[in-house]
Amino acid sequence: MPDEIKTTAATGAPVATSVPASDADYYTIGEEINDAKANTDLPIAEVWPDRQFHAKLVNPANRRKMTIVIVGTGLAGAAAAASLGEAGYNVLNFCYQDSPRRAHSIAAQGGINAAKNYKNDNDSTFRLFYDTVKGGDYRARETNVYRLAAVSANIIDQCVAQGVPFAREYGGLLDTRSFGGVQVQRTFYARGQTGQQLLIGAYQALERQIAAGTVKMYPRHEMLEVIVKDGKARGIVARDMVTGEVTPHTGDAVVLATGGYGNVFFLSTNAMGCNVTATWRAHRKGAYFGNPCFTQIHPTCIPVHGENQSKLTLMSESLRNDGRIWVPKKVEDCDKDPRQIPEEDRDYYLERIYPSFGNLVPRDIASRQAKNMCDEGRGVGPMVKETDEDGNTRQVRRGVYLDFSDAISRLGKGGVEAKYGNLFDMYKQITSDDPYEVPMRIYPAVHYTMGGVWVDYDLQTTIPGLFVAGEANFSDHGANRLGASALMQGLADGYFVLPNTINDYLADNHPGQLPDDDPAVAEAVSTTNERIQKLLSIKGSRTVDSFHKELGNIMWEYCGMARSEEGLKKAIGLIRELREEFWRDVNVLGEAEDLNQTLERAGRVVDFFELGELMCIDALHRRESCGGHFRVEHQTEEGEALRHDDEFTYVAAWEWAGEGAKPVLHKEPLVYKAIELKQRSYK
Amino acid sequence: MKLTLKIWRQARGAQQGKLVDYEVDGVSEDMSFLEMLDLLNEELTVKGEEPVAFDSDCREGICGMCGVVINGTPHGRGNSPVPTTTCQLHMRSFSDGDTITIEPWKAEPFPVVKDLVVDRTAFDRIIQAGGFISVNTGSAPDAHSVPAPKLKADIAFDNATCIGCGACVAACPNASAMLFTSAKVTHLANLPQGQPERYLRVKNMVGQHDAEGFGNCSNIGECAAVCPKGIPLESISQLNRDLISSLFRKDGFKG
Repeated sequence: MPDEIKTTAATGAPVATSVPASDADYYTIGEEINDAKANTDLPIAEVWPDRQFHAKLVNPANRRKMTIVIVGTGLAGAAAAASLGEAGYNVLNFCYQDSPRRAHSIAAQGGINAAKNYKNDNDSTFRLFYDTVKGGDYRARETNVYRLAAVSANIIDQCVAQGVPFAREYGGLLDTRSFGGVQVQRTFYARGQTGQQLLIGAYQALERQIAAGTVKMYPRHEMLEVIVKDGKARGIVARDMVTGEVTPHTGDAVVLATGGYGNVFFLSTNAMGCNVTATWRAHRKGAYFGNPCFTQIHPTCIPVHGENQSKLTLMSESLRNDGRIWVPKKVEDCDKDPRQIPEEDRDYYLERIYPSFGNLVPRDIASRQAKNMCDEGRGVGPMVKETDEDGNTRQVRRGVYLDFSDAISRLGKGGVEAKYGNLFDMYKQITSDDPYEVPMRIYPAVHYTMGGVWVDYDLQTTIPGLFVAGEANFSDHGANRLGASALMQGLADGYFVLPNTINDYLADNHPGQLPDDDPAVAEAVSTTNERIQKLLSIKGSRTVDSFHKELGNIMWEYCGMARSEEGLKKAIGLIRELREEFWRDVNVLGEAEDLNQTLERAGRVVDFFELGELMCIDALHRRESCGGHFRVEHQTEEGEALRHDDEFTYVAAWEWAGEGAKPVLHKEPLVYKAIELKQRSYK
Repeated sequence: MKLTLKIWRQARGAQQGKLVDYEVDGVSEDMSFLEMLDLLNEELTVKGEEPVAFDSDCREGICGMCGVVINGTPHGRGNSPVPTTTCQLHMRSFSDGDTITIEPWKAEPFPVVKDLVVDRTAFDRIIQAGGFISVNTGSAPDAHSVPAPKLKADIAFDNATCIGCGACVAACPNASAMLFTSAKVTHLANLPQGQPERYLRVKNMVGQHDAEGFGNCSNIGECAAVCPKGIPLESISQLNRDLISSLFRKDGFKG
């Protein structure tokens, strides 16, 4: 018999007194859900043109009368705001940073894929599609991925026309390189700053529309609520982060392009401000949340250095093109200077285990093998303290070498510098080690979240009029995202998908802006203000960050690189207890009507608590291993991920059932018509 | 490490601020400068004092959100052996017992919002004045249809790396944003795609730069010395050349 879950009177947050036993104690099953917008009876290449033709249009004169609220100014948000503004709609665009140019897409380093076949190496739209579906462990929706591959070539054209300075060869043509998980050279790049250059391109297009008056920009504004009236999304509530003023902004449709939620782990490669609030608030208002447990752990990050660390820094995956990954064969060599360890005593484990892909295996595989090497005791770098499930502490080395000595002898130091110079400088700046002399040390870290708000082929959520683009939606990457495809998806959604689908909704729904005294608006504003006041009134003893760090530790330990039934159940209990303590003992100083960074963080942590619990429930119910989701109970004898296609070839779309209530699981079956469902192999 | 910090505190909307002394202990040399401030803020919160407001986001040196004047130089360039952003300045650049002064960017077009946070939206308005290529979505020609010479593409790239942090303005005795403006002008002027609007762009952007209240360049070079991305002074020369050219060209005038 499961124990009763108590809820606190103050917050309604459930408190676990002990761990319930069966799945039925955590969630209920709802009706199946399906995407009705893509005609899957057609050959896959015709699905998108067919949808474009059948989507209704809005004539240019009518677009001027319509308002679209867009939250986020990363690749997806800025591209959508610029394109929709250019199309003639009135766009209200929000970001929490001081300028739209600072969205976290800017930090992506490696590159962007496109099926241009400029290298004449057998690349094609179908191959990019195939690689992406396979890389995602057959947990992505086929129609969406094909469309992504199809528009990829247009993205490069668009960006080059905007002046994005991609790397070029001496003949003046664009250069490309290869990336993890693929065997062709389809990745376009701009040194190690591809994300920055693409974002600045989109930002410039956005600023052009701001100057033209089609887009009104609201920097330093944080979205805190979705306004839903008669079942349709009609706007948002945002807080001006300088004055603290909470105001509604309404229109005919809302687009969320607010990125991923990796910061639920506290330490991640995400920017400090990245959060789940926009999408979580939408979830609470009725938008289903897809595959929340699919978190990508990136294999090439700089290892953790200490307890006061605020974030982790990624080293571009492109380094794996020329760097060779190894650990010592003998445990006793682990504290030696790596240059003193002879070739025969080094274990190039990726090249050994996966001979055909070698160091370019996909991210989930590279990450897990790095963990395995360190678990075996063959990690390198300083010893770090870890606490195991029983509360015992142990000392482990969490790092593997990424060695460029072969590349330096092949290309010369100058050759390596030209390709990776800024990454090497960054590494040296952070660690004070010179990677031209000593191999880099890397370790996996939380990076990208493949899960997100469930959307149909039009990128519309289960709330009509609410659209979600880029990393914030769930659709294109399945259980694992291949390198150089996040930038591709953000721009595809913003430049090419939304401008062709949102009109279908707007053609039939153009109710205009709501008055401030409309009950739906007033309700959204007042619940937002109540939440803020409540946070400020607790005046407890613990800091917001201390709660966030503790939540992050729970998530990393039990819902990180490996998950088990027992661990996940324990985590859910711990999260519930911690959340209850938060609402009782958090200390948020300062005032609501001021720039108050603690208050901002507190509001985000509130939503991370609820999301973290749902991630664990999702991970618990998915009794298979796929992509970034590795269940220890489901692996082959060789330690490889074991999928169960007969049971789990579906998207888990979760419905919010109310505070303290069990979420409802809706399954969207994944049907593969164009591609054969296979077990992944990179050997 | 144990440090004494002199930090600029200024309430929102206040005309005046002042330097306030704080002690912080237990700082490790692997911490970034902002992690050291995080540590201070945690301690202040526990003591019931309001934490110091400062901007930061990516903490990887690329978003341009962070930036304070440390011991008199933007981003602590005076303490760092290499060009850096504040988030990538590490505490190994300091010694136990140091006193560190921390102030916001100081320039009239960057008003202080609170404590160490300033308003840099003037930069966005300079970009709005013409820092873009006018191309509509969805109709671009194939990327290989216009080759770009590698040498020029590399110059464009070097300038495109500007992160818009504003350190150049904070370092300039004249509060000039010429390095920022010239980076965008030079980026786009070196690409074939940027040619049609080249001369109109430079005029409009410089016009907005002046309207925002940034001073003129007086060739002191502090901007380039503190620039975390190494934007060179030559970019300002390019801006000046293009600006003068625009005066003698029909396409430098608004039509």
